[in-house]
Amino acid sequence: MNIEDFPMLKEDLVYLDNGATSLKPQCVIDKMTEYYEKYSANAHRGDYDISFKVDQEYEKTREEVRRFINARFKEEIVFTSGATESLNWIATYFFGKYLEAGDEVLITNSEHASNVLPWFRLSNKLGIVIKFIPLDDNHYVTVENIEKMLSPKTKVIALASITNVIGDARPIKEICKLAHENNIFVVMDGAQSVAHQKTDVQDLDVDFLAFSGHKMCGPTGIGVLYGKKELLEEMEPPNVGGGMNESFDSPQEVYYKDLPTRLEAGTPNIAGVIGLGEAIRYLENIGMEKIHEYEKKLRNYALQELLVLPHIDLINIESDSGIIAFNVDGIFSQDVAYYLNKYKVCVRAGNHCAKNLKAETGVQNSLRISLYFYNTEEDIDNLVELLRNKDKILEEMI
Amino acid sequence: MENREIILKHYTSSPYKKDEVTNDYQKIEVQSSTCVDHLNIYIKLKDGVLVDGYFNGEACSIATSSCSILLTNVLNKRVEDIKKFIANFEKMCNDEPFVEEDLQEAIVFKDIIHQGNRKSCAFLPYQGLKKFLEEN
Repeated sequence: MNIEDFPMLKEDLVYLDNGATSLKPQCVIDKMTEYYEKYSANAHRGDYDISFKVDQEYEKTREEVRRFINARFKEEIVFTSGATESLNWIATYFFGKYLEAGDEVLITNSEHASNVLPWFRLSNKLGIVIKFIPLDDNHYVTVENIEKMLSPKTKVIALASITNVIGDARPIKEICKLAHENNIFVVMDGAQSVAHQKTDVQDLDVDFLAFSGHKMCGPTGIGVLYGKKELLEEMEPPNVGGGMNESFDSPQEVYYKDLPTRLEAGTPNIAGVIGLGEAIRYLENIGMEKIHEYEKKLRNYALQELLVLPHIDLINIESDSGIIAFNVDGIFSQDVAYYLNKYKVCVRAGNHCAKNLKAETGVQNSLRISLYFYNTEEDIDNLVELLRNKDKILEEMI
Repeated sequence: MENREIILKHYTSSPYKKDEVTNDYQKIEVQSSTCVDHLNIYIKLKDGVLVDGYFNGEACSIATSSCSILLTNVLNKRVEDIKKFIANFEKMCNDEPFVEEDLQEAIVFKDIIHQGNRKSCAFLPYQGLKKFLEEN
């Protein structure tokens, strides 16, 4: 649906790599161009009209993000460069202060590198222990398996709400309940979920959430770090400098501004923030429920078509998202991706930044299609038709 | 034989692709920075001559066949000549003037290197061997 909104789709393109990034609707492009053409001033300097307009648009987006994820306070929304930066900041500048040697952080083997490496780095620095929650036969996380992993030393559970290769949804609300009963924080990597379904941080009761603008029809280089206000108050500013300070007379007399400005030093990605605001309005106009339902339906259609092909090995038949990972029997994933590219079908090949997943699935590399609301059954038909004949793939992959 | 057939031959039945690992070879591990291609090249040098080599790893048809063709061309060659061979292949990859006949079968990648990212796939084994010879 809404194909006509996307300039990229005016070309003959089948774009099935939305897990990597989404296409941008014209309204987002126009909104960012408008900033550069009509009021391209800096933020937080509202002494003249066009700068005042920047502040209005910038803070309006913060409010829109708050509403979009149903955060309690606007101050709980911090703009970052993306989910990666958000997760790094959470691990390094909140938990880096809070955790001690021997404390345990629970993650899984299907996390994206951005929700693994910040914890590994912290482990090397502080001596915290990273533990992997065992996944069930479908590579799912269960509350029971988490419960078995808990110890008095467990301090953090950091999980993607939807994973980027298996596409499974985690029971975040139940996990938060269990975690909070045991004084454990929950960090949610929302990179693959926030763009595709309604997110309500108060209902879930997550302590921190990270997501990217570019996966939700917004620009690259902008993302969000959500944290409960009382926790963000304790976060060390990742950067110090312009915009975030009250005064600095001497090293002993440095005073920072309140949240969220305190965590946003320097000139921010203004065009990115404004573009993100437009993307949120655009998605809300379509409706997150509608997007979610549409993707589920399209995934089922794709699955049903792919299951008929005997040489397709599906890695995640069970899944709750628009992500399907598979291999063509006996052909290296990247060769298949190159073959599809000859027909302007864009899919991802590789390990999808989830290198530890091999331990769970036994599969090192795969092809991944990840759907969004502008994909159609015709896109799936094109893909399936190209995959139907294995000899054709072998013939044309070089 | 067509280029495609030569590539497929080296991809599917390379005489140099072996899973076994022996200690008396020097290992060159090379990983693509843009995709998942990962090759382990094992070589034996004696008196400035590359006397034996094989490889394994997980990589696409282009990286795999390129590695096989590279080994075909450098076996029993002096290190200095191998460096020249690599430099000539690199020139082809960079669209610089190169000596076509010196590349032997490696010329099969002449067009493929212009297909998107495949230049880095074809060059990957060369990149690994080049670095190793420069550092050793």
